[in-house]
Amino acid sequence: MAQRKVWAYRRENGRVGVRNHVVILPVDDISNAACEAVANNIKGTLALPHAYGRLQFGEDLDLFFRTMIGTGSNPNVAAVIVIGIEQGWTKRIVDGIAATGKPVTGFSIEGKGDIRTIADASYKAKEYSQWASELQRTECDLSELYISVKCGESDTTTGLSSCPTVGNLIDKHCAQGGTASFGETSELTGAEHIVAAKAANDAVRKQFFEAFEDYTKLVFNQKKDDLSESQPTKGNIAGGLTTIEEKALGNVEKLGKKTKFVGCLKPAEAPADKGLWFMDTSSAAAEAVTLWAASGAVIHLFPTGQGNVIGNPIEPVIKLSGNPKTVATMTEHIDLDVSKILQGEMTLDQAGDALIEMVVRTANGRLTAAEALGHREFVMTKLYRSA
Amino acid sequence: MIHFLTHDAGDDVGVAVVDLEAGMSCTGRNLSDNKSLTAKTVEAIPLGHKIALRDFAVGDSVTKYGCVIGKVVQPIRAGQHVHIHNLKTKRWA
Repeated sequence: MAQRKVWAYRRENGRVGVRNHVVILPVDDISNAACEAVANNIKGTLALPHAYGRLQFGEDLDLFFRTMIGTGSNPNVAAVIVIGIEQGWTKRIVDGIAATGKPVTGFSIEGKGDIRTIADASYKAKEYSQWASELQRTECDLSELYISVKCGESDTTTGLSSCPTVGNLIDKHCAQGGTASFGETSELTGAEHIVAAKAANDAVRKQFFEAFEDYTKLVFNQKKDDLSESQPTKGNIAGGLTTIEEKALGNVEKLGKKTKFVGCLKPAEAPADKGLWFMDTSSAAAEAVTLWAASGAVIHLFPTGQGNVIGNPIEPVIKLSGNPKTVATMTEHIDLDVSKILQGEMTLDQAGDALIEMVVRTANGRLTAAEALGHREFVMTKLYRSA
Repeated sequence: MIHFLTHDAGDDVGVAVVDLEAGMSCTGRNLSDNKSLTAKTVEAIPLGHKIALRDFAVGDSVTKYGCVIGKVVQPIRAGQHVHIHNLKTKRWA
């Protein structure tokens, strides 16, 4: 089959992005105010305030840097201003992003104060914003897009329609040499044998089980009951899902029928090669999509049953639903309606092709429902308490 | 009109794809082999919720997608609504 083409931004390192953001990235919670001030001063820029970046250590600190550097390095980002309270961690993030070859400059607040920092950073942000505004989209292969997938507020219709629609796209995208990632470690409970059977080899299977068992242990250590109040969620239950096993079996429909996954990623880790990758993520939507965006994913596919409204500031989130009630009552949130599958009036193959069309349109510049509605959930994953 | 779907030929619950009223004679379809199925509801079952396709005793397993999705904690008759009141997870318990 011939490669589908998209009009997208080819970055300095050859990677392909579908948005052209100039990001004002705070290193830490106390630099949010300065970043928001710069983004307010200079149009065409985007501040990404968050709650962390102080006194983290160990694996949690590694994840913090991976998320910060990965977010700035995402091909949907043209240029980055980094602002932190002190120079050391600011420089570490700037250097990490600079490895992509894209323009990035850091500013630190200590010894200068917010106002002078904001002024200095605003001059640079203006330069970046005007520079980025002249970058042109070029013709790229659809298979050059790295796509992430995760569902939310699932119900039984996601397992019947929207998740297997994503699975159909995954089979087609990966067969063309595309890159994709799935995760939601805890929400694979009850379907882990199906995921394991899709591992490309024994080493990958073993790695998957290690991540899965780690998460299972965490749940067992912290839980006070059978998690019936959290997994499935109240929304899942309202939609007809009864147990975590049932939810997981619908969830893994997103993995497709033919595709094997080639490796396991730590949270926010970039895939080293093409193909489908498992990432060890939380199942909470905003946290998980933030991790995928930090791993370099440029479009996220989000099946929903009861109507999750999540978006991400740098990675467009395409929502699809097969629940006819949700499509009718939450129409402003749904990019693709696949509810005809339930009456046999649309095949999964047709739905998969319709989703590919929506990916192409989104890559070419169409705003997703979440983008148009201003959903910019940027939620860092924190592994444990700070020192 | 399709009233309910099953994923796998071995499934003993179906998913209502329209709101079902009590006492309705329903037509279903199995997605893996496209075979037609029939069932009669004994109570209302909303869109997306499960209908029992056989009688279940306490302790029985319920199968969907050809896999076990939990254990029965209250007796269930064919045509009844299967949900958190009569079905529980076997995991994390």
